[in-house]
Amino acid sequence: MNRRERAEALLLAHCEAAAQHTPPALRAAQDAGCAVFAAQGLPGVQLEEWRYSSTAPIADFALSALADSDSAAPGASAPIPNSICEVPAAFRDMARPLAASAPALLGALVDVKEHPFAALNAALLQDGLHLRIPAGRELAEPLRLLLPAARGLSNPRIVIEAEPGSRAVVVQEHPAPGAAEHFCNAVTEVQLGAGADMHYVLLQRGNGLLVCNLAVRQERDSHFASHTLTLGGPFVRNDLSLSLAGSGASCEMNGLCIAFGGLLDNHTAVDHAMPQCTSRQLYKGVLGGSARGVFRGRVRVRPGAQQSDAQQSNPNLLLADSAEMDSKPQLEIHADDVKCSHGASMGRLDDEALFYLQSRGLGANAARAMLVRGFAGEMLDALPASLGPILPNFSAQLRECIESALAAEAAQ
Amino acid sequence: MADSPMLQIRKLHARAGEARILRGIDLDIRAGEVHAIMGPNGSGKSTLAGVLAGRPGFEIESGELLFEGAELAALAPEERAREGIFLAFQYPASIPGVTNNYFLRASLNAIREQRGQEPLDAMDFLELAKQKMAQVEMPKELMSRAVNEGFSGGEKKRNEVLQMLLLEPRLAILDETDSGLDIDALRVLAQGVNALRGPGRALLVITHYQRLLDYIVPDFVHVLSEGRIVLSGGKELAHELEKKGYGWLEIAPGESGDSSEASAGSGAQP
Repeated sequence: MNRRERAEALLLAHCEAAAQHTPPALRAAQDAGCAVFAAQGLPGVQLEEWRYSSTAPIADFALSALADSDSAAPGASAPIPNSICEVPAAFRDMARPLAASAPALLGALVDVKEHPFAALNAALLQDGLHLRIPAGRELAEPLRLLLPAARGLSNPRIVIEAEPGSRAVVVQEHPAPGAAEHFCNAVTEVQLGAGADMHYVLLQRGNGLLVCNLAVRQERDSHFASHTLTLGGPFVRNDLSLSLAGSGASCEMNGLCIAFGGLLDNHTAVDHAMPQCTSRQLYKGVLGGSARGVFRGRVRVRPGAQQSDAQQSNPNLLLADSAEMDSKPQLEIHADDVKCSHGASMGRLDDEALFYLQSRGLGANAARAMLVRGFAGEMLDALPASLGPILPNFSAQLRECIESALAAEAAQ
Repeated sequence: MADSPMLQIRKLHARAGEARILRGIDLDIRAGEVHAIMGPNGSGKSTLAGVLAGRPGFEIESGELLFEGAELAALAPEERAREGIFLAFQYPASIPGVTNNYFLRASLNAIREQRGQEPLDAMDFLELAKQKMAQVEMPKELMSRAVNEGFSGGEKKRNEVLQMLLLEPRLAILDETDSGLDIDALRVLAQGVNALRGPGRALLVITHYQRLLDYIVPDFVHVLSEGRIVLSGGKELAHELEKKGYGWLEIAPGESGDSSEASAGSGAQP
């Protein structure tokens, strides 16, 4: 067996051990996930969706973090993955454990055959969070979901039903574990009822391995905005799928990733299934050092989805020759009365702007950091204002990350 | 020291990229003086400004460039700024995503740090900026916009002069600050510049046209042609140039008659 096969065997043993504890309500989902993972395993770079993103770091994690439990008695003593995320007290009336409610939406928006890590998530399913935002309710403050920070494997599963006319800002916050021995494999499914409005913020930072699936279905006239903010990390993969399933629905998909090493991979898929829907994608990347970035955005306009309006843009700032960005838009358009555009760019810091800042007394590093923050700032400006109390912390981390990385690069 | 020039340029030869532009400049500027440099397009005016400010790609080939006795070539652009050199850009860059307010305060605090002064907090800075903005009649909302982004030509020039008033440089170089301005804007900006004139400061005004010098009246006027100063005089020289144009310089006897083929070391002395 090669490393990957051994890692897959370990993970599968883990899944089978977890299955012994799976609550009855989740057993069907767990079985389905397990069957797919047993058949498909970890995705390899031969798959188009994974060709830029080797999952070797995840295999390595499995071999080092899960091996001990396996050697004694295969699977038997495997620790149960942590699937619970904390919900602030103010929102507890809307929250139930998945194991208790087992909503029909669970597994409905993410196809485990298409998303290998969603299959793994299901295969390890023990519990999760089910949120129901009642019709017409407007959440007074952002709903902050703090994902587990424990070492080892965490397997969060979130299902959100935003009923018609509700309004919410949700923050899915991945804390920064101190060590790299952490692999978080999260799956979130969101359904927006007619006229509902939601901002969904993914705050990602730290040293752990992270795979994040977010799948959203939007009914008529609903509005959804995602904000995927990623600061570094050795391996981050985001899959964001949006289905515009009711006419007049609109979405914005905003992304900012800043990395000076590691791999940051954003995959998006927007399905214009109904007429008169709008999608806007803006993903910005800032890559330095040995960082590798990937953006792959698929837009599909189905037959009959007339007057679809889809825009996609992926500007990137490359701060070093050793950094790399692969950007690939993919449009599949099966209707004739549509507006679709896409564009990607790779740029460097503007020398003229750098000189201008330096000529005003700012040191070279401070000037570079200011330009990078200016480039990134647009994505922070797009965040809802109610995030004010949460954001200063993130902005400070962002500034610190940029400045320390630029200083380190300058010192080389 | 009181008598030694603030800026000393000796037999300065410099290139911009591959092109040899400055071919032997000699110029002394003392504290309190206002010098104007005039000349046709391509004569090297902006190259001189760039060399003084430390623009990348502008390379000194030979000669001396001393500011307050120190060799400028050894200093990075930000060090020159902190020592008190300021260049008002002909075409200032725009900085998307960075507000003017944030940029100007960061800049002023970098300069203040060098002077051993405490940094200004946001409130104190805004108070100071308001005064200076009034001096150049700059609309308030330009402070919360991204630096120079979408600014009109006139707004950019106001922003340059505003920065000069905030940073209070010892040597300010104005590179074609008059270009693209109507007469009212020109008057306002000249007033702003004149407010900074004083015994401890010097100004180097680079312009193609005499018009600006009606408002910022220089003590000395130098004419630059093909990378050398070919003529120097008092403020009346500007008027003479306005009447005659630059064409007569080409044939003026003894000044620059063979300039196109001239060997590099024979710059005219002021």
